Amino acid sequence: MLLIVLAMLGVVYAAVGQATTADAATDTAATQAQVTAGHKLFQEGCSSCHGLGAQGTQNAPTLIGVGSAAADFQLSTGRMPLAVPGVQAPEKKIQYNDTQIAALAAFVASLSPGPQIPTAKDLDYAGADLALGGQIFRTNCTQCHNFAGAGGALSQGAYAPNLMSASPQEIYEAMLTGPENMPVFSDQTLTPSDKQAVIKFIENIRTEPNPGGWSLGSVGPVSEGLFVWIGGLLALIAAAVWIGAKVR
Amino acid sequence: MSDTDNAIAGETGSSTQVVKPPFVANPDLPPHGARRTDVDPKAAKRAEHQVATCFGLSALATVAFCICYVQIPIDAYLPIPFFGAWSASNLALGLTFGLAAFFIGVGAIQWAKKLMFGGEVTQMRHPLASPPEAREEALEQFWAGADESGFAQRKIVRRSLLMAMSLFPIPLIVILRDLGPLPSDSLYTTLWRPGMRVVLDPTEAPVRPSDIPVGGIVSGMPSVLPAVQEEQGTLNARAKDVVILVRLAPEDIKSQQGGTSSQPWDYQGIMCFSKICTHVGCPIALYEQRTHHLLCPCHQSTFDLADSANVVFGPAARRLPQLPITVDAEGFIVAQTAFDQPVGPSFWERA
Repeated sequence: MLLIVLAMLGVVYAAVGQATTADAATDTAATQAQVTAGHKLFQEGCSSCHGLGAQGTQNAPTLIGVGSAAADFQLSTGRMPLAVPGVQAPEKKIQYNDTQIAALAAFVASLSPGPQIPTAKDLDYAGADLALGGQIFRTNCTQCHNFAGAGGALSQGAYAPNLMSASPQEIYEAMLTGPENMPVFSDQTLTPSDKQAVIKFIENIRTEPNPGGWSLGSVGPVSEGLFVWIGGLLALIAAAVWIGAKVR
Repeated sequence: MSDTDNAIAGETGSSTQVVKPPFVANPDLPPHGARRTDVDPKAAKRAEHQVATCFGLSALATVAFCICYVQIPIDAYLPIPFFGAWSASNLALGLTFGLAAFFIGVGAIQWAKKLMFGGEVTQMRHPLASPPEAREEALEQFWAGADESGFAQRKIVRRSLLMAMSLFPIPLIVILRDLGPLPSDSLYTTLWRPGMRVVLDPTEAPVRPSDIPVGGIVSGMPSVLPAVQEEQGTLNARAKDVVILVRLAPEDIKSQQGGTSSQPWDYQGIMCFSKICTHVGCPIALYEQRTHHLLCPCHQSTFDLADSANVVFGPAARRLPQLPITVDAEGFIVAQTAFDQPVGPSFWERA
């Protein structure tokens, strides 16, 4: 009897054990398949600049250690693959579909540990502290991205992009990986809950109505002054011409 | 030779005698032409109606302004395609008030142009100075007044008046003291002391070297700043003492403002600089991690953090002061010493 029970227990244990190993196996297998697919895509589309081993060349940085978050950010915003070398990779039409991006990200992540694509839990900013997000945004982000997230110029033709259409995942990944000239805001100095607060603040300023009327791009006195000087002066000149014109 | 001289002399002689016509003839006033409203009563009537309509529209807009002011809730927004959501109240009040003023102006100008007297009038200029008799009389009156007042004879009155009047502006200078108190040595010093921790701005958490990756930037402040700010009730300390921490790959650092190989001012490539621009004191954190350039968003002063934060572009006259850092026993980043020079913009007494 005891033997039977033990045997049954053994069978059950083995079955459960096997089931879990099998699950793990499918997981790794999927990842492995993704890595293989990603490697193939990488060799076709990326290796000419980043090198066959992703070690980087004179034309492009190494991808070893940049992590899946960096790959996902660059690919899902269309910045990579690069159309032409230049000061900065512009945002453009996305070249790969979601599966391919996931495969490429898995391949890049397999090279060396690096920042990972944020999970749905990381991106859940519903409970985040909006006021803290504003403080962090004003201390760390406004200098380049403008007080309303409208973006701004850097040096030598580089620029900080407009944040109005960036998804929470893109914002999170950008803070985590520091694409191009953007500094890295690590999870230690800007914790995940700080990052969620920043995302919440950006989402909030996006939907904020504009009591003053047309914001003219929210870039401050430059566009407003230009509009007043050009539009306002033209209107004044037109009025002066009308007042001075002789009536027949 | 003598022929040419004669010819020139002859020409000069003739030009003094003959007055040449001016290059552009005086066009004089154009002939007066009657306007249509002057000759056609129907056109005049139409113009009258136009003017009256303008004034009427202005009155309507003023009434509309009052109605909008009362009726439109302050938090109502109108979604306008391409331009975004506008405050309905602001838009309505601005439009109605603007139109009320605009139509008064348009009506008045239309009235003047079409209906008021339309002939040309010439008014000659006259000299600005008064005639000599009037000037002499004024002078006479002045001296007579001076004589009658006894200003010249009564010395004590004159002198005491001069004293009173020369002292009178002094209160205006004395009340300038209310702009003070004088800054004493506060422009030369900061809250940074040896061993003081750098904490994050705004979360106030201390920082470990491992928290800052290569290419990262962190806004920091002295750990005592929140308490000092609370005590002073002003943002003066925050406006002066904030810093940034950046981490560069050690091989990218070309030079630093001080330190020896045994006691460098950086900590494993992490360097700490004042966040206050040396031009006019904007907080400066526009950091391009690839070029290691730090730009000031106000006037584009650019500092090369890899090379002692020297100015490479823009109006700033001095590099950003560097704060020597190290780690304390618990592994948090602390200041080695205070700043070795005043932070922020130049000031009068600064050498």
